[in-house]
Amino acid sequence: MSEAVLLRGGRVVDPSRNLDQTLDVLLRDGVVAKVDEKIAAKGVDVVDAAGLVVAPGFVDLHAHLREPGFEHKETVETGTRAAAAGGFTSVCAMANTMPVLDDAPAVAFLVRRIRETALVRVYPIGAVSKGLEGLELAEIGLMKAEGIVAVSDDGKPVANGMLMRRALEYATMFGLPVVVHEEDPSLVGGGVMNEGWTSTRLGLPGWPNVGESAMVARDVQLAALTKARLHVAHVSTRESLEMIRVARRAGIAVTCEVTPHHLTLTDEEVARSGYDTRFKMNPPLRSEADRAALVAALVEGTIDAVATDHAPHHEDEKALAFEDAPFGVTGLETALPVLVDALLVPRAITLQRLVEVLSTAPARVFSLPGGTLAEGAPADVVVFSTTKSTHVTPDGFVSRSKNSPWTARTLRGRVERTFVGGREVFARGAGPAGGAR
Amino acid sequence: MTKRPDSPDSAAPRRALSKKDLLDIEGITEDDIRLVLDTAESMREINQRAIKKVPTLRGKLVANLFFENSTRTRFSFEIAERRLSADSIALSATGTSVAKGETLLDTGRNLMAMAPDAIVIRHPRSGAPHLLARSLPCAVVNAGDGTHAHPTQALLDAFTIRRAKGTLAGLRVAICGDVSHSRVARSNVSLLTKMGAGVTLAGPATLLPAEIERTGARIVTRIEEAVDGADVIMMLRVQKERGGGLGFPSDREYFEVFGLTPARRRLARKDAIVMHPGPMNRGVEIDSAVADGPDSVILDQVENGVAIRMAVLYLLIGASGDE
Repeated sequence: MSEAVLLRGGRVVDPSRNLDQTLDVLLRDGVVAKVDEKIAAKGVDVVDAAGLVVAPGFVDLHAHLREPGFEHKETVETGTRAAAAGGFTSVCAMANTMPVLDDAPAVAFLVRRIRETALVRVYPIGAVSKGLEGLELAEIGLMKAEGIVAVSDDGKPVANGMLMRRALEYATMFGLPVVVHEEDPSLVGGGVMNEGWTSTRLGLPGWPNVGESAMVARDVQLAALTKARLHVAHVSTRESLEMIRVARRAGIAVTCEVTPHHLTLTDEEVARSGYDTRFKMNPPLRSEADRAALVAALVEGTIDAVATDHAPHHEDEKALAFEDAPFGVTGLETALPVLVDALLVPRAITLQRLVEVLSTAPARVFSLPGGTLAEGAPADVVVFSTTKSTHVTPDGFVSRSKNSPWTARTLRGRVERTFVGGREVFARGAGPAGGAR
Repeated sequence: MTKRPDSPDSAAPRRALSKKDLLDIEGITEDDIRLVLDTAESMREINQRAIKKVPTLRGKLVANLFFENSTRTRFSFEIAERRLSADSIALSATGTSVAKGETLLDTGRNLMAMAPDAIVIRHPRSGAPHLLARSLPCAVVNAGDGTHAHPTQALLDAFTIRRAKGTLAGLRVAICGDVSHSRVARSNVSLLTKMGAGVTLAGPATLLPAEIERTGARIVTRIEEAVDGADVIMMLRVQKERGGGLGFPSDREYFEVFGLTPARRRLARKDAIVMHPGPMNRGVEIDSAVADGPDSVILDQVENGVAIRMAVLYLLIGASGDE
């Protein structure tokens, strides 16, 4: 393969420059060399992108790659392969590994594994507290020196208000956003699904909306007090959105993300599927009113980005009674088709905004490279179809785990090719890197 | 027509439930409910005989999986199985592979290798029977799962009510107590509203689950309102083991505010019946004078439980095959 690739005749969508038109894109020496009409194709590999969308590669602010410690669920290698198959060129890896990513050697180890095995860019997120225990601050400064891009105890809330305040204050010195998993443990208790009519009917312990929004209310005020950068992970309730809107209006530096599953599924799925644990995640799938509010907030801009919260689990771990199974669903390989099928096809969102929330906006939220096809930017590119379908099957996953709520569904939208630094890391139908078909 | 010497339902045109399993009331039809109740009448007749045994399920194997303590439900199923001549085996959560960490699904698959015709399961987790039913080809009968459902209890309650009142439609039924943690309440509301009874649910606001009004029942927080003019009073057990303790300050306050006392009983119709799924907390949710009083059908419920479980097993695994 030569050094350069020419993506010919695709619909180039680049929200960073408000661009949406049929153009050629030349990738050379790891960067976007040129975006123009009819670029000459001498000595370059030509990819016919006619009828396809060419966009800056997707950036996932929230994934669990599970390495080290849970390699039976996922590794940096398999997780980034899945990312590539889903059009993601950058992935932020959460800290709840074993050992926890809470000190410099742990981050250094992960960075080495990334260098050795990752197919796409991976940015580590360090823990807020030692061991994710919510008691003492982790070595945020030392981890920053090893390359973390944010801090988070994701998977667990920072229940103690004082520790949260200290974390926000401390993180400001390093310019790091604090990513919060909002869950008041005293209100959520053993809740395993959204509290409402469905949980009542199914006899499952409920996880009420207020368990999230009460914490969002606390943390936006702490962010105001500390002038820190707060990023709310996987927002799931309409009340949380209200808190975030109020904070934004007051000029508080808060951003937030939403997952593809919270945008497209509701708690009714748990009943419909007969307690299928593929619909168990934290925060849980909410009501239709919440889902609709999330879509509206994503379209209008209250929600900055889509993040997958890719949370692989082994089949054996999920094959338990609903209350006993772990929280989490996979998402890297299905994000694009899910959003195309549920939001773009019904015209709930524009293509420009869809690319923005998957790519340009998340890159901006954590100040990461990428999210743009500006000349000279890293050649991180996704090529996808909005008309071809992805059939989600257990055997089709590149991820080591198969706990997808969309299994057995056929979704409009399909990732065709992914480039990282100009190198093709995924091409549909190209052997092992095949992805969900 | 089937030749079945002791066929209990020679009059019934349909001989099986519409589904392979009995998991909850939502999953069965009104016709299914009527069929079970009618079949149970014949089964009850068998239970009155000198020799209370028929060969209906001879050669059928029923596995009883009880992962949660149970006395009456477990005995009731075992007696039902014996009276129908089924072979039955029992597995409890202690002293078996379950105690060694085997998952429910593995237990089920291993049992399946021994080819039971039905599995009766009681489990502390809501939805556990669904997990088995989805994965195993045999009939699965839910004998109570978590705080979700207890369909044979609802059927035996309906049977008891129908025997006492002649009908279900149009009756006023008050179900009182810890609704949040009660699978009995959920299954009863579902069955009774399906069959046209008017149900009022009464409980402390702390023990009424979210959006419970969507069951179609009337919801009140004063027991007097629920009992007033009722044909049936069904008291629920206070389930301290499921965390009911957070819902009220003390047993004595609960009894004062929510206990079924003779005075409250008198608010109901003169011919009202009093029910309780057991085991009772005397002096907490019910006064002994009412529990042991003339209107109490609590022991009839237990007796009818055997007939209902015979009917359910017969309709699930005895009604087809060997034609």
